[in-house]
Amino acid sequence: MGIYLQLFVEFFKAGLFAVGGGMATIPFLYDISDKTGWFTHGQLTDMIAISESTPGPIGVNMATYVGYTTSGIPGAIIATLGLITPSIIVILIIAGFLKAFKDNKYVQSAFYGLRPASTGLIAAAGLGVVTLVVLNQDKYALTGSIMDLINIPNIILMLVLYYFTAKCKKTKGLHAAAFIAASAVIGIVLRLGGV
Amino acid sequence: MNKYLDLFLTFARIGGLTFGGGYAMLPMLQKEVVEKRGWATEEELMDYYAIGQCTPGIIAVNTATFVGQSTAGTLGGIIATLGVVFPSLIIITLIAAFLQNFADLAVVQNAFAGIRVCVCVLVFNAVMKLWKKSVVDKKTLVIFLIVVIGSFFFDIAPTIFVILAGVAGIILKNKEVQA
Repeated sequence: MGIYLQLFVEFFKAGLFAVGGGMATIPFLYDISDKTGWFTHGQLTDMIAISESTPGPIGVNMATYVGYTTSGIPGAIIATLGLITPSIIVILIIAGFLKAFKDNKYVQSAFYGLRPASTGLIAAAGLGVVTLVVLNQDKYALTGSIMDLINIPNIILMLVLYYFTAKCKKTKGLHAAAFIAASAVIGIVLRLGGV
Repeated sequence: MNKYLDLFLTFARIGGLTFGGGYAMLPMLQKEVVEKRGWATEEELMDYYAIGQCTPGIIAVNTATFVGQSTAGTLGGIIATLGVVFPSLIIITLIAAFLQNFADLAVVQNAFAGIRVCVCVLVFNAVMKLWKKSVVDKKTLVIFLIVVIGSFFFDIAPTIFVILAGVAGIILKNKEVQA
């Protein structure tokens, strides 16, 4: 299968099955990464950060980013079109009977099951990111020492960021881009990348 | 101005000036679509949002399709949607191209090492917010746990969970009614 067709199909699936906004596309992107090897989990994490701190819907930003990384500008366009095509089709179909759709018993009860599943998928993707950040798998493979396995500076930074994004009343309303920018500066100052 | 061009430009402005999509986009939509152009009423916009949440896909995209369709038919729906994604295409392509060329620099690598930690926290916060709306009783907790374990430890494709969870929701809810 040509890479463009595959990009379109994979993002069409994400657009059709991702329920509940931008973050819901993340588990599908992990799945694409595992299946195709087009990008690593680490790259995907960087893409999430950039999509969060640039204008536009997060899901669309992610599709564009993945598409570009995979096969340049045509890839960016095709992945984005793949993502939005199911929305366009579904919405154009139900636009005629809006209210009936929203109040339908089966639609409501399906979403009773879909919402926790979507939250679960995002949580599992989040666990993937946490593993990547908390564990130094490369270094551990080299030295075999447990002390090298756990990345202590990252854990401390994580707790500090959690405090400022979710607990501290003065800062928790700030935009995600502010925290991402601050983290970038901390990363550079403390050389968190180890280079 | 041409109706289609107007739709495209208005939604391009909304896409290019809001960070985060979804609810972050609502105030901008109210201003541009309801107050300035009168393409929809406040109530209609709220309905679109509600339905955008009970349909697959990205809420911002779904809302754009709705407003475009009601203003100028099917073609209007497609054009408004293309408008809302257009700025993302340009901005992200530029950033991705830039980063591809500078990814090997130490400063870029260190910056992203810090940023990855931040992404963990942001995803965690998003999950906590969604949790309150989605895990409302024991049954939904069970669905949540099955999905987390199945997805994280067994790498089962997300599509399968979505289909099964939708079916499970219909079965569980209708049993409740009968009992």
